[in-house]
Amino acid sequence: MIARHRLAAVALAALAGAVASLVPAAASAEEITVVSFGGAYQDAQSKTLFQPAAKALGITVKEETYTSISDLRLKQKAGANTWDVVVSGSGSAARAGAEGMLSKLDYKAIDVSNYAPGLAGEYCMALDVFSTVLAWNTKTYGQNGPQSWADFWDVKKFPGKRSYRKAVAGALEPALMADGVPPDKVYEVLSQPGGIERAIAKIKQLKPSIAVWWTSGAQHAQLMKDGEVDMITGWNGRFDVVAKDGAPVTYTFNQALLDYDCAGIPSDAPHKATATKFLAEIAKPQYQADFTKYITYGPPNKKAYDLGTIDAAYAKRLPSYPANAAKQLPIDLAWYIKNEARAATLYQNMLSE
Amino acid sequence: MASAVAGVGTAGNARALARDARRERLAKLALALPALALITIVMLVPVAWLFGLSFLGDDGHATLAHYRRIVAEPAYWRAFVTTFQVSALTTLICIALGYPLAYVLAALPARIAAIALVFVMLPFWTSLLVRTYAWLVLLQRNGLVNALGMKLGLWGAPLTLVNNLPGTLVGMVHIMLPFFVLPLYGAMRAIDRECLKAAASLGASPTRAFLRVFLPLSLPGLVAGALIVFVLCLGFYVTPAVLGGGKVNMVSNQIAADIEIFFDWGGASAQGVVLLVLTLAILGVSARLLPRGRGAGGGAP
Repeated sequence: MIARHRLAAVALAALAGAVASLVPAAASAEEITVVSFGGAYQDAQSKTLFQPAAKALGITVKEETYTSISDLRLKQKAGANTWDVVVSGSGSAARAGAEGMLSKLDYKAIDVSNYAPGLAGEYCMALDVFSTVLAWNTKTYGQNGPQSWADFWDVKKFPGKRSYRKAVAGALEPALMADGVPPDKVYEVLSQPGGIERAIAKIKQLKPSIAVWWTSGAQHAQLMKDGEVDMITGWNGRFDVVAKDGAPVTYTFNQALLDYDCAGIPSDAPHKATATKFLAEIAKPQYQADFTKYITYGPPNKKAYDLGTIDAAYAKRLPSYPANAAKQLPIDLAWYIKNEARAATLYQNMLSE
Repeated sequence: MASAVAGVGTAGNARALARDARRERLAKLALALPALALITIVMLVPVAWLFGLSFLGDDGHATLAHYRRIVAEPAYWRAFVTTFQVSALTTLICIALGYPLAYVLAALPARIAAIALVFVMLPFWTSLLVRTYAWLVLLQRNGLVNALGMKLGLWGAPLTLVNNLPGTLVGMVHIMLPFFVLPLYGAMRAIDRECLKAAASLGASPTRAFLRVFLPLSLPGLVAGALIVFVLCLGFYVTPAVLGGGKVNMVSNQIAADIEIFFDWGGASAQGVVLLVLTLAILGVSARLLPRGRGAGGGAP
């Protein structure tokens, strides 16, 4: 009897072993493709979010690189989308969602209960929080440089070359604040007839002092590193990176625009279920806390601040740190979905004059 | 000659000659086939696809909206104006710098000219991107040129040498000059210098000999070089993007912005189609109006 039992046990074990050896094979067949912006940014995401999450879930995450979510549009038009997760700026993701390019996220499966308000979008879940800030050349203005958008526009008090964004996203809000509109009224004014025109007229006024219209984060960081301009708008993390290399640049969170990068799932993603599981994993605070070590972009999950991973002094430099967030104007995605196309056309017309 | 041969040959001979000619044409076609297939696949098909896309709206229905916008919105037609202005200026500067250079090169003994040509070619062997960024480093506010100029006391405060139109032109001329000099040099080498001596012997001053003999003979080379430069300039993207500071908005820059901001492949295609049509029109007109294909020997007295 015992022998028989033993035989059965051995057979069972062998069977279990065979099944077990099959299971990982099935799991590794679970593969998704994630696409992000490449460079140091994606390297950091890969090391702290994508690959650790893949390991935890026992899936394979293939990574690709793209320029913007418009590449997804082209793939979808050709009926050849292979991406399961796309990383994007919040504004373009919101518009892509509104145009049917992304599927709605299943927040029953993804736990965002500890996300800061507004960061778990219908189509795109925040991965990091950044700010569009006013930065300045410390050789020109010292440590206490311009502190508000009114200062940015004040060429008498702060003479010097400016650089401003060539695309309209994040360009109109500072102009209205400089024009005396209180931050909490900015989108209200922009939604009124003539609101966009008012902001554009204000930028036109500053045009003679704008030496460079920047188009990328790498460019605005380099402009400050080279000392090409004295004052600039841009993404806070990029300035911290070059400041660490000794570039004479610093910035203020005062009146900055609070924005985020996010991850969404294309409406025709080949592995939607796995993609959802993957997003649920990287929504967890420990991944996001790790990510902040690479660049000064904040975690959307507030719990990330409580884990002890982020050093207290360092936390104070992150855009989503409560004291910093309070000084800023959160980007209004609904406004962008409705108005960006028209605003961009008017903005380009002003630029080309 | 040909008719004389056909005249003395028999009818069978003529047939055989015709067959040979046919066979030769077929063989030539077969040789060209791989290249033709490649051009069809990598160029004609995508161009046809973009052409179709430019007439489709977001809803998939046929529309002229993309073309209407190019006419209606100043940013779009200004991008076309800028494109042709920048290309024309680059071409003119290339002519002004390149003609004397080619003239000197063509007058040098062949061996020395070959060495000199290496220096003309050198920029060719460096990546366009590298050269463009090199100009940014040289010309920026704290760049080498400003540092040197201020150290020598030539100017007191940094000059704005880049992130504007002049900076863009410097970069574009640097990249385009070899494209102009090489065909012109070839044409000038082919000119029989005895013609100039003949002109002199008939009493022409050196200036007159140059203007009436050398210049007309070199004109086909000049036109060929200028056309290559002009047409290549029309499609420039990187150089104005890097050296223009966002102020030199050519069609390709506008296309890139449209795709990034609006995800608008239809609108971008429409701009591409307009640029292609305008370019072909310019090539067509210049092929008719400008002196081309006149061999260097054609003007010999």
